[in-house]
Amino acid sequence: MTTLAPWEWIGVPFLLCVFWTLIFAIPLRVFGLHAPEPVFALWPVFAWAMIRPSIIAPAAVLLLGYFLDIFWGGPQGLWALSLLVAYAAVWAARPMMVGQSAQAMFIWYLAVSALAFGAGTMVMIVKAGAVPNPIALAWQYGVTILLFPFSLRLIERFEDADVRFR
Amino acid sequence: MSFRDNPLGELKVPLTWTAAIAILIALVFAITLVATDRRGEIQAEAYGVTRKAADAVAAPVGGLVAKPVGWADVAVENIRGYFFAVSENRRLKQELKTAREWRDRALALDNLNERYRVLLDLKTDPPIPMVSARIVTDARGPFANTRLANVGKEKGVKAGYPVMSENGLVGRIIGVTTGASRVLLLTDVTSRTPVMVERNNNRSILTGDGGPNPRLEFLRGSDPVKPGDRIVTSGDGGVLPRGLPVGIAAKGLDGRWRVVLASDRAPIDYVRIMRFEDFAQLTNQAELARMSVPPPSSLATASVGVTPSAAPAAGTVSSAVRPKPVAAPVTAAAPPPRRPAAPATRSAPSTPPPPQAPPAATLAPQSQDPPL
Repeated sequence: MTTLAPWEWIGVPFLLCVFWTLIFAIPLRVFGLHAPEPVFALWPVFAWAMIRPSIIAPAAVLLLGYFLDIFWGGPQGLWALSLLVAYAAVWAARPMMVGQSAQAMFIWYLAVSALAFGAGTMVMIVKAGAVPNPIALAWQYGVTILLFPFSLRLIERFEDADVRFR
Repeated sequence: MSFRDNPLGELKVPLTWTAAIAILIALVFAITLVATDRRGEIQAEAYGVTRKAADAVAAPVGGLVAKPVGWADVAVENIRGYFFAVSENRRLKQELKTAREWRDRALALDNLNERYRVLLDLKTDPPIPMVSARIVTDARGPFANTRLANVGKEKGVKAGYPVMSENGLVGRIIGVTTGASRVLLLTDVTSRTPVMVERNNNRSILTGDGGPNPRLEFLRGSDPVKPGDRIVTSGDGGVLPRGLPVGIAAKGLDGRWRVVLASDRAPIDYVRIMRFEDFAQLTNQAELARMSVPPPSSLATASVGVTPSAAPAAGTVSSAVRPKPVAAPVTAAAPPPRRPAAPATRSAPSTPPPPQAPPAATLAPQSQDPPL
């Protein structure tokens, strides 16, 4: 049985997200096009809520969201709130999602990602009084959902670690 | 022993509840962060300490990470230059031919401009000092379009300074710390820039929406913009200087007027930060401070709309602050009495002679700029 050490299932994905966010923030243009900017934080957020309820995970989600806000220079708390909304939704719907196939999980992941982006859009409407460009939203959403395999991998690795929450 | 008898089984409910409480507390924190955000403001103090510290760390890290990409770019450019040397040579020759024609026109216009300036005694804007910087990180999502430049307070950069690439306006500084400054791009959702159509000086507000082409808002008139019109900064509000190139007007897919940004023509790797300090920098502040301001007189008081009956109220002012009688200098400074307006003369023939024009009135004609 895999042990459920917080460092392993929360710490390592957290650092991986920070690392890949840094890498993808390089000002790079290929053939006149900007490199995509996926929200790497969404794959661990989905997996953390699926693996088991935790006290550390919400704090990690808050910290990760705050890091994105500060690093990307966006409105303070935007990603912190959006990721927490997504985490809370998965945590609440967890009894329905546990044990489902990868395809079903992918549909849940799409819905949760859409919820996070919707929350971000709401924050922008309230804070700036403006709706972000739908094409730009769709582009970032599209590249973010491609990260689902990483989320699935994390869930499969740790879902059996704590039998109390299966 | 059955599963229900296991004392560890009881841990499930408390942990679930404590996890729920942790989520709630985190949500409250996040909402507080959103509520206390002041990112859209220009004031330097609106940029929090956390952001400054994070930028100070992110700038060198981003610079380090971006270095290999820069080397790869140079290598790719060298290889491309080698393989496409002939076509590049043809293109450059054509460009040189066009540029020579433009140079001749520019020289003629420069000469004409100089003559007009002398004739009109026109005071032009002083040159704006600039600081060069390298872009080290780039956020390009729908909610944030910012970049981090690798110069900061140590080079005199301040919040609000405009940022240019070699092609046009990129954005403005919203946060500065030692060694790093945060640039808010024109495409950011919170970006609002006063611009005008160069062809007809029609004013508009360039509104970012997170996409690559910001919108032109608040256009007036029946046909204010045409496709291909050049859009430049209007200088309204004093935040940006007038005439900085912004881009070309184009109709968007949504039917709105948008701008294809000039700065998007090439990768924004190096930028120039203009140390533009509002219109106040156009005047010599030191000289203004040295000038002795004449004390207010009763005539001057009347000139700004205070009725003569209010004058005795001045007697209540303590002697320490009461102005000394300086009638003679004021009279000397005043211009000759102006001819009263004809209708006033007709309607009130017994009116006393018009008072001497107040000093304030004498400034009015001088402050009028020659028509351009």
